Amino acid sequence: MEDLANLFIKSIFIENMVFAYFLGMCSYLAVSKTVKTAVGLGYAVIFVLTITVPINYLINSYLLAPGALTWIGPQFANVDLSFLTFIMFIAVIASMVQLVEMIVEKVSPSLYGSLGIFLPLIAVNCAILGGSLFMQQKDFINTLESAVYGFGSGIGWFLAIVAIAAIREKITYSNIPDPLRGLGITFIITGLMALGFMSFMGIKL
Amino acid sequence: MSKDIEPLFSKKNRALLTDPLDDDNPITVQVLGICSALAITVKLEPAVVMTVSVIFVMAAGNVIVSILRNVIPTRIRIIVQLLVVATLVALVDQFLKAYAYDVSKQLAIFIGLIITNCIIMGRFEAFALGNGVWKSFLDGVGNAAGYGWILIVVAFIRELFGAGELWGIPVIPQFIYDLGYQDNGLMLLSPMALIVVGLYIWIQRYYNRKLIEKD
Repeated sequence: MEDLANLFIKSIFIENMVFAYFLGMCSYLAVSKTVKTAVGLGYAVIFVLTITVPINYLINSYLLAPGALTWIGPQFANVDLSFLTFIMFIAVIASMVQLVEMIVEKVSPSLYGSLGIFLPLIAVNCAILGGSLFMQQKDFINTLESAVYGFGSGIGWFLAIVAIAAIREKITYSNIPDPLRGLGITFIITGLMALGFMSFMGIKL
Repeated sequence: MSKDIEPLFSKKNRALLTDPLDDDNPITVQVLGICSALAITVKLEPAVVMTVSVIFVMAAGNVIVSILRNVIPTRIRIIVQLLVVATLVALVDQFLKAYAYDVSKQLAIFIGLIITNCIIMGRFEAFALGNGVWKSFLDGVGNAAGYGWILIVVAFIRELFGAGELWGIPVIPQFIYDLGYQDNGLMLLSPMALIVVGLYIWIQRYYNRKLIEKD
């Protein structure tokens, strides 16, 4: 239990997707003009990461990793399908996003209304694929751990995008040099925020 | 087919190749493909390898999508495009593992992340789906080169000031260190990549005023 809590905190703050690895930057910059849309996209990312990371974990450990096929029969012990990783992961992500979109549309039209346009965007959000690829490197011992990791990374991303959206709303009225307006200043602010997040780095959990 | 065939490097075609370097740069203007651009710019070498990989994936992917553009059903085009990129990236990944293992270790998951690099999907959607093969090829090479240009500039600055090296070779002479100069370790930390790109945008827009955002 303690391990899980540690993993959770670690994936939110110390290994923050945006500030430590720059993942999901494109949508982070494009959809952070207002807090409201940022929150919508943030929820969608948490949702999809929490689902896809454990699924890809199962696929990785029972299908792709070296020796993963042993459960079919001992003659498969030497099969290594890890070169299929990218194709499998991205196919899982794209189809999960499609599936999530359809389920949300049926079950909760109001949630679909607010997440709607963001869901397809997420298939190409590198934070999602990045979550799965990091999971593959980290050798988690069970599905629960990978789910916690996915959830934590999602929350970290959510915090980052909501924070930058709030700052961007505030600086609309600031007197910024013309060439720096918009994209330039957003980059620099993100850099400063990332410096702040680096202070979590020394913490060992 | 029109009768008057356009020359291979007509003015319009050349613009496809050169625009992305400045006026229509994927990173600083179209805001595409930032994720990987920032994470692998600590040193020059991985940045160059990344550039070459992206140029290959981008050009080949654009050509493939352009050939298939009339066959792909619109509803599932995203999945088809992702599969095209994923296949190409898997090729690049295997190639790097075989011939440049050290660099491939440094780039780690970022080769895989070329798949979700928004430049690639963005150009497929915006260009390759609506244009011919040769034009798409030029567009692919141009955009990937524009992306690589930023990568290389940022990596150059970070490696020079952060480690006093270029391509792993020390370039700052010893007597400067003796005078009390020190490498700025801050440049090696990830936040500085963002700030360097921010400053690049500032300088670029200062000289290229039509890019300034109004509102």
